[in-house]
Amino acid sequence: MLDNNNEYVIKIKPGYTEFNYLNDLWRFRDLFYFLAWRDILVRYKQTVIGIAWAVIRPFLTMVVFTIVFGKIAMLPSYGVPYPVLVFSAMLPWHFFANSMAESSNSLIDNEKLISKVYFPRIIIPASTVIVSLVDFFISFCLLLVLMLWYQFAPSINSFFILIFLAQAFFTAMGAGLWLCSLNVQFRDFRYIIPFIVQFGLYISPVGFSSAAIPEKWRLLYSLNPMVGVIDGFRWALLGGENAMYWPGYWISLGLAVVIFASGFWYFRKTERMFADVI
Amino acid sequence: MTEPIIKIEGLGKKYIIGHQNKGRSNYTALRDVIAEKSKKIFKKILSPFSNSNNDEFSIEEFWALKNISFAVNKGDRLGIIGRNGAGKSTLLKILSRITEPTEGEITIRGRVASLLEVGTGFHPELTGRENIFLNGAILGMQKSELKKKFDEIVEFSEIERFLDTPVKRYSSGMYVRLAFAVAAHLEPDILVVDEVLAVGDAQFQKKCLGKMEEVGKSGRTVLFVSHNMSAIEQLCSKGILLEKGSIALASNANDVLSKYRELINQSQVTETSSIGNETTRRGTGELRITSFQLLTKTNEPANEFDLGSTIRFKIGYKIIAEIEGLAVAIYLKSGTSSENISTFRHEVISEKLNPGDKGTVVIEVDAKVLRPGEYPLYIHISEKSVYSNKFDLLDNFVAPLVIRQEGINYFNNYWMFGNYGFFSMNSNVVSVE
Repeated sequence: MLDNNNEYVIKIKPGYTEFNYLNDLWRFRDLFYFLAWRDILVRYKQTVIGIAWAVIRPFLTMVVFTIVFGKIAMLPSYGVPYPVLVFSAMLPWHFFANSMAESSNSLIDNEKLISKVYFPRIIIPASTVIVSLVDFFISFCLLLVLMLWYQFAPSINSFFILIFLAQAFFTAMGAGLWLCSLNVQFRDFRYIIPFIVQFGLYISPVGFSSAAIPEKWRLLYSLNPMVGVIDGFRWALLGGENAMYWPGYWISLGLAVVIFASGFWYFRKTERMFADVI
Repeated sequence: MTEPIIKIEGLGKKYIIGHQNKGRSNYTALRDVIAEKSKKIFKKILSPFSNSNNDEFSIEEFWALKNISFAVNKGDRLGIIGRNGAGKSTLLKILSRITEPTEGEITIRGRVASLLEVGTGFHPELTGRENIFLNGAILGMQKSELKKKFDEIVEFSEIERFLDTPVKRYSSGMYVRLAFAVAAHLEPDILVVDEVLAVGDAQFQKKCLGKMEEVGKSGRTVLFVSHNMSAIEQLCSKGILLEKGSIALASNANDVLSKYRELINQSQVTETSSIGNETTRRGTGELRITSFQLLTKTNEPANEFDLGSTIRFKIGYKIIAEIEGLAVAIYLKSGTSSENISTFRHEVISEKLNPGDKGTVVIEVDAKVLRPGEYPLYIHISEKSVYSNKFDLLDNFVAPLVIRQEGINYFNNYWMFGNYGFFSMNSNVVSVE
């Protein structure tokens, strides 16, 4: 909003913050970058193996899942080496779970900032997702190594994973926005998040292919928004027999949109009282 | 005449205070909300026609600010003073857009930078260099702007040698210097500053004040909250005195300061002053505090103390009903965050006391660890056992304890990070009569 002297004019009155929001987001774009940069820098300070943590966690989970689901339960792998099958799902799942967990706690972790400075609060949860994105790219390199090891050629559709990654991003962001705003008011949500993450790992098709789910349950199974993303990753990266189950995918995509839109709406609605209740 | 740079009309801010969870942590747990809601529903089912207003969830409205209107012209340096809880910080928070007003309207013509705390967002694990960028961005600077001013900031902070050391290894003095240096290089149209000069050593504080004067002289507008009256005197041309959420006086700085001094001296305790006012005076009333005075080591009355000095608290009391001994506890809180900074409690008398008995107790405390600033005082007289009847409690009723900038500086020997933390201080009973 510019007045005739080309001055920056701010109006403050109840319920009026919406007006400058986009303007302010643009003004504070550097903060977004610096917060993400801070989180990345701080994350591995004073750790012995540093960034290797981003690789070790999904890698070990992959090993366990391969043994449990592939070797013991003998679930079908549809012509793909089991570790590759698991790891191609582990990537989006870890990205989703980390982003959601990190952004849910982000407002509480940055309590000091919220009560002492103004900036569009959405920068905080959004910047934490960037950190998980970096982890994602690191573990993606591991997947490539794994594929080389098993001499498995990725499908030509591989670059479609960007679309599914974006879908995971918006789902995680939406869930994160819901949880972080609720977390400000009710600290109980801090305890719910690890539960969602742990539970989600088993009800999502990470350790097995969702093709192993009986046909009549698949539509219902797709109500888990990560099912579409994970299936998409497998379809794009592994190709072959990992055909997409499209009706299920559209449900996941629709849910992603709903979760993100409602999360954003709820965040904006509660944002203005964060400083008062945090 | 151009339009004022800040125009505030009919501003008010209401907080809702719930009293349901005494002694519990200060945030809402979902558990409580669910429990309360289901209790209400249950009550409704059992007695559908009763009025359900008398539940334990007593909610109280509290207007931190009410009906505030004033205008600030370009280039004004405005000092805002008032006692603790007068609404200064709330006003600054609204002006900085951290929190929203409940009513009223503010129009600001220019970019605001607010400094409600030094080193907001400093991360202990990051180096000085990294923190300059982070803090700058948090305060609203662009990356390009920061790069341009980087050398200047480093020079001002005097910490070149430690630029690549994590700030967790800085002394508190270095930390504050770096933090202020970043803030000092903001170039907003309006600078909003809260009690930030209460930290750092005297020399650096002078430098900061100088810098702020410079900011003011260059035509920018400064809003400054401080308990440091000499700083306001030096820096500000105009002043506003807030009292209980409204403007008591808006005039030039000197008038406002003298009115403030008057106000502080007025808040004397007597046997009956504001008894039953739950926010400032509570207690079961077997005993009443009749007087309270701060004294120096040589027993001279004082309101402000030098750094590192010894402070005496002289409390007079009168017994209303028979009691078995008494204990005196004094709590010092932080003027900026209201956290407890120090507590000392002494069992003063253990014999039986009869109605009509009067006495005075003097307690001395060695206040080496107190930084300059204002410390609200909470004076509680209770039964001698620890978990016991509280006879008379004065909560932030008397004028706060003020520590000046001058004196012997001991506190740089204590490591403090951002917050104030809790100290134990040596205290002892000087006399009981």
